[in-house]
Amino acid sequence: MHINRYEKFWIILSSLLLVIFAAAVATSSIAYGVQVPVPEQRVDPRLVATPGNLFGEPGLRELAPGRYEAYILSQAWSFSPREIRIPQGSTVTFYMTSRDVQHGFKLQGTNINMMVLPGQVSKLTATFDKPGTYLFMCHEYCGVGHQSMYGQLIVEG
Amino acid sequence: MMKFARENRLTSWHIGIALTALFIGGAFGPLQKMEHVGINLYPALNNIGIQSYYQGLSLHGVLNALVWTTFFITGFFVFTVSRSWNRELRYPRLNTAALIVMTLGLVSAAVPLLGNKASVLYTFYPPLQADTFFYLGLTLVVVGSWIVGYGLYFTYGAWRKDNPGARTPFIALASLITMVMWQIATLGVAAEILFLIIPWSLGWVEGIDPQLSRTFFWFFGHPLVYFWLLPAYVSWYGMLPKQAGGKLFSEPLARLVFWLFLALSVPVGLHHQFTDPGVPAGWKVLHAVLTFSLFIPSLITAFTVVASLETGARARGGKGLIGWIGKLPWGDPSYAAQNLAMILFVFGGIGGLINASYNVNLAVHNTMWVPGHFHLTLGSAVTLSFFGILYWLLPKLSGRQLWSRKVGLWQAWAWFVGMLLMSNGLHIVGLIFSVPRRSMLGVAPYLQPEWAPFLTEAFIGAMFLAVSGILVYVNVIGTVFFARKLEKPIEMPVAEPLDPTPAPAWLDSWKPWLVGTVALILVAYGPVLFALIRDIASTSPGFKLW
Repeated sequence: MHINRYEKFWIILSSLLLVIFAAAVATSSIAYGVQVPVPEQRVDPRLVATPGNLFGEPGLRELAPGRYEAYILSQAWSFSPREIRIPQGSTVTFYMTSRDVQHGFKLQGTNINMMVLPGQVSKLTATFDKPGTYLFMCHEYCGVGHQSMYGQLIVEG
Repeated sequence: MMKFARENRLTSWHIGIALTALFIGGAFGPLQKMEHVGINLYPALNNIGIQSYYQGLSLHGVLNALVWTTFFITGFFVFTVSRSWNRELRYPRLNTAALIVMTLGLVSAAVPLLGNKASVLYTFYPPLQADTFFYLGLTLVVVGSWIVGYGLYFTYGAWRKDNPGARTPFIALASLITMVMWQIATLGVAAEILFLIIPWSLGWVEGIDPQLSRTFFWFFGHPLVYFWLLPAYVSWYGMLPKQAGGKLFSEPLARLVFWLFLALSVPVGLHHQFTDPGVPAGWKVLHAVLTFSLFIPSLITAFTVVASLETGARARGGKGLIGWIGKLPWGDPSYAAQNLAMILFVFGGIGGLINASYNVNLAVHNTMWVPGHFHLTLGSAVTLSFFGILYWLLPKLSGRQLWSRKVGLWQAWAWFVGMLLMSNGLHIVGLIFSVPRRSMLGVAPYLQPEWAPFLTEAFIGAMFLAVSGILVYVNVIGTVFFARKLEKPIEMPVAEPLDPTPAPAWLDSWKPWLVGTVALILVAYGPVLFALIRDIASTSPGFKLW
């Protein structure tokens, strides 16, 4: 099969470019410790928010000074808790699930972005060095009140 | 009966239904962008039964992304395949039956949608639970589209019997590869609906597994975008060079591109699920890498199509390194619409590469960036190209001249400007402010004043699109009912290869490509789906939250 000289060059260049991009994605993912949610735990969405279960008492727990875990329950159309306060420099591990339909969670201006599904626990960890108020908004359609589902993380300086 | 009379009638019906769906679905687009800047017209729509923003958004997504595309594409392929072989359909009744099945499906899905019983958006993620007829309807549309494919394959068999050893003409081959890719891809959504959703929506089983449903959906969801795009590629490669007065620059590569799309379209779906909790990271990485490889056929397309158009412009007297661009037939609305669609697709493609990147995807996943992106791809590269195709196909089918070339040109440019503005605004609010997609922002308590300039930009873009959309229908109705009869008949534009040497036999051979496709899907999806099915937890009851 005859391929035009310039086109051959273009194809090689495009392929190389994609290899470089892929390498850049891989290197930066490792260097910056990019995390995505991975299988953590399966739960029964009908029971998960009842007393004595994993999300029976959602909220912030301090594990050690500056180290927290936040259990956030999603339901139509609110996050529970709606507000989380932590001191500057804290490391927080977020655990999330839904007790009804699919929801989403993105912490504004950060890479904390996950789907929140009934039956699954989504987990991500982040450290907050900059004080301020970070909104989190549900980003998956969950019914007519979807637009009112949000909360905030306050990092106190 | 005149040759191709039945094919023409079938294609006309397909396109007529597609345009009707787009008219209704498209009308909600500007309303959404108005809502975001505080002009909420939805209360007024209560009178006609539209009860919420999200019911409108469901209509917008289902009618535009699923109905307009599927009906247009299957109708277009009935036309392209039969003309490419200059051969009538082997079993025209089979293709008529296909259209009837698709139409019954559309009605079955449309009734609950219009009755606010299926306001689940076009992704219909369980455990939001729509009326069963919505799911049955979508299934019938898909099954009908399969039957369209069978009709084309039988015709292919008949052509092959009469032409042993001949190379399948490019347009027919490319159309058929796209149909086969669609039939493999839709297995995912068929499995989701038939095995998980319908038993659950009928109450035969108590619950559903949302993670498994999503994974089946995206098995289908990504190749779906290539099912939209490849018919535009058929036109860009196979027809547009002819319309520009040129030839197809490297025909064998054009064939290779379609085979690569067949092999690579499916095993990449997990890049829509990077942030899903129930999928292991290793499989996400594999799909990310495969998605990157899927950019190679698109980059080849960029070269080949532009080089083909350049042959046309130079034949028309174009000179200089870039001066030839001015000699392209910009005065022809069919050409202009498709060339503008290509320009928007450059931005859509770059955005796609970002979405597929394992790391930066986290910054934009499920934000307004995403609708910003797919209005450049589906909304522009595909839809504006389809309008461009209509500007010769409608005259061909109706036997009448295009009602107004000038209106066609205004339409294409207004779409171009509108999409640039709208998608620019949406990309920015998504990336910078994490503004979520699919949200009735105008009444959202978290709406922030910093978003206003970009939402306003998107709103202005949507107004251009509204005007452009109206111009499409003015021209369609003008052409079909009021335009003058054609002076001489139109035929499908077919670009000849620049190099008449036939493509090598391996580029006209299904077996190796199909085996490779299936193997790749088994490797990329087999273990993930196996584990999810093994651990299925049907624990989610249905919810109707609208």
